[in-house]
Amino acid sequence: MLGSGLIQGLAVTARNFVGSFHDPKRLTTLEYPEKKTVLPEAFRNFPFLVSENAEDPMGTLRCVACQICEKECPPQCIYIEKSKDKKPDATGKMQIYPAIFLIDSSVCMNCQICVEVCPFDAIKMDHEYEIATQDRFKALLLDREQLAKPNSYFHSIRPEEAAEVDGRLATERKAAEEKAKAAAQAKAAAQAKPAPQAVAKPQPAPGGNPPKTTNPA
Amino acid sequence: MNPPFAVLDPLLERAPQILRDLLTSHLPEPWRWFVNSLLAIIVILAVFGFLFAALTLAERKILGRVQNRPGPNRTGPFGLLQPIADGIKMLSKEDIVPRDADHLLHFLAPVTLLASSILAFAVIPYGRNLVPVDMDASVLYFFAVGATTELAVFMAGWSSHNKYSLLAAMRALAQLISYELPLLLSWLPIVMISGTLSTTGIVAAQSGWRWGWMPTWHIFTPWGFAGFMVFMVAALAESNRSPFDLPEAESELIAGHLTEYSGCKYVFFFMAEYFGMIALSGMAVTLFLGGWHAPLPSLEFIPSYVWFAAKLLTLLFGFIWIRATFPRLRIDQLTRFAWKFLVPLALINLGTAAFWSLSAGWSGPFHLARWAVAVALVVVPFVVMGRRLSGGVAPRTYSFAA
Repeated sequence: MLGSGLIQGLAVTARNFVGSFHDPKRLTTLEYPEKKTVLPEAFRNFPFLVSENAEDPMGTLRCVACQICEKECPPQCIYIEKSKDKKPDATGKMQIYPAIFLIDSSVCMNCQICVEVCPFDAIKMDHEYEIATQDRFKALLLDREQLAKPNSYFHSIRPEEAAEVDGRLATERKAAEEKAKAAAQAKAAAQAKPAPQAVAKPQPAPGGNPPKTTNPA
Repeated sequence: MNPPFAVLDPLLERAPQILRDLLTSHLPEPWRWFVNSLLAIIVILAVFGFLFAALTLAERKILGRVQNRPGPNRTGPFGLLQPIADGIKMLSKEDIVPRDADHLLHFLAPVTLLASSILAFAVIPYGRNLVPVDMDASVLYFFAVGATTELAVFMAGWSSHNKYSLLAAMRALAQLISYELPLLLSWLPIVMISGTLSTTGIVAAQSGWRWGWMPTWHIFTPWGFAGFMVFMVAALAESNRSPFDLPEAESELIAGHLTEYSGCKYVFFFMAEYFGMIALSGMAVTLFLGGWHAPLPSLEFIPSYVWFAAKLLTLLFGFIWIRATFPRLRIDQLTRFAWKFLVPLALINLGTAAFWSLSAGWSGPFHLARWAVAVALVVVPFVVMGRRLSGGVAPRTYSFAA
């Protein structure tokens, strides 16, 4: 009969109207500034630098200034200057560190390629999305102090990935320690019978050309 | 004021009159009439101005709820200050008049529209003895004034010198001619039955109870129900409300006749649309829903104006509910629906009312027969013409889409 469709339509809207008062499924709005949505772990927005210690973020950056991310970054928004001195990195090896690490967040396109190429797990994608500023230029160019966030923060936003990274770094550190121990033992063993090897080492003549070194590999 | 009413009514029922007399009784006689009228105008403007503001908020809230979102809730507690914020925004906007527009008509259109929609409030009985102007032909006056609003819409569309506005104006005229007829035909039976064109007389004709409990409102008769339905559909079209909001169709005519209006003039149009909707709902309450009468004898202690307000708000909620549900009609569907369906139905309804009036003396088993014949006279044409209306058109078959 004419009009039955109209009544069906009115019933649908009435169900939604009444349902919005008692059924949370029918009123899904999250009132944003007061309440925030729970982000999935894989959510990503702008990279940050992982530091081991929240007390001393600049001293414990995992980044070793290898500049792979700088070279891989498609929009070229990363700028790194290497340090002159060295300090132990996450695995205890002596490494250089970034004296300057800049990311221009107005250029960054959140592609996560820097994270994927980093061999040291030093740069990760953040969950922070309230990053509007009043200044178009300086405030969008983030330096390493602004980029550095402690490992505990990494654990808080991505517990699974952070645990996996920590485990890998721990095994690497252990391997490095064992290697160092083995090297120390070998050294001690070598020191026990020192004479022949010391003689075998060629001494460059003073003032003369240094001998050509072969490929160390 | 009627002495018997004044004695019978409780204090609350007479509160408006008492308040008015407190203010004006000390005035000399020739002044009293003038100040009384002025007071009525001020009260109408204040009450319906406030209702307009509340209605814009209520509409947005209800539409939001229907669409599973909370609606405006940022301005003040629960968004209650939203109408004030909207008002400040609209009034502080620049008033732009197109260079090629007809300046006089462009200015006059919103003024005419608002004035005519406010005039319609003059004859509605808001409660017992609460009618601003009690004239003999007040129903006729109401619909004559109501027809002026469409003229103002045409003025707005023509004077804007804009193709969208002009298209909207053409549509408005087509809509006016199509829907004015069923609107008028739908309430004619009431004039036939109650024998008066006065709104107070029509309300008085709906007092009393059938079988001791059922109100004798016009909607509770077969012809009254059919008339009410036709009236509400035509009222939707007359007040340019969805699904008949063709003149201002936002998606196709970029707001139609409102395209070239901004600021205060736009507010006038907006206000007039809501005033028109409120006035038509008030008239529907008066004509079909028993005016200010209580729905049950035991509820008569509640003041009459409260009942009127309750019925009015219910109808207004219905308007909003319909807006939230139905998509807009096409112009050919609109006119076809009016001419091929509403007008014949309203004409047949006139015959039904005539039968009802002639069979008023039937009693016993004939009383049942009277109801059966009247119901058949309403339902059979509806079903038959409904089939013809949708025959060959619905359900639609699509050539390419599944």
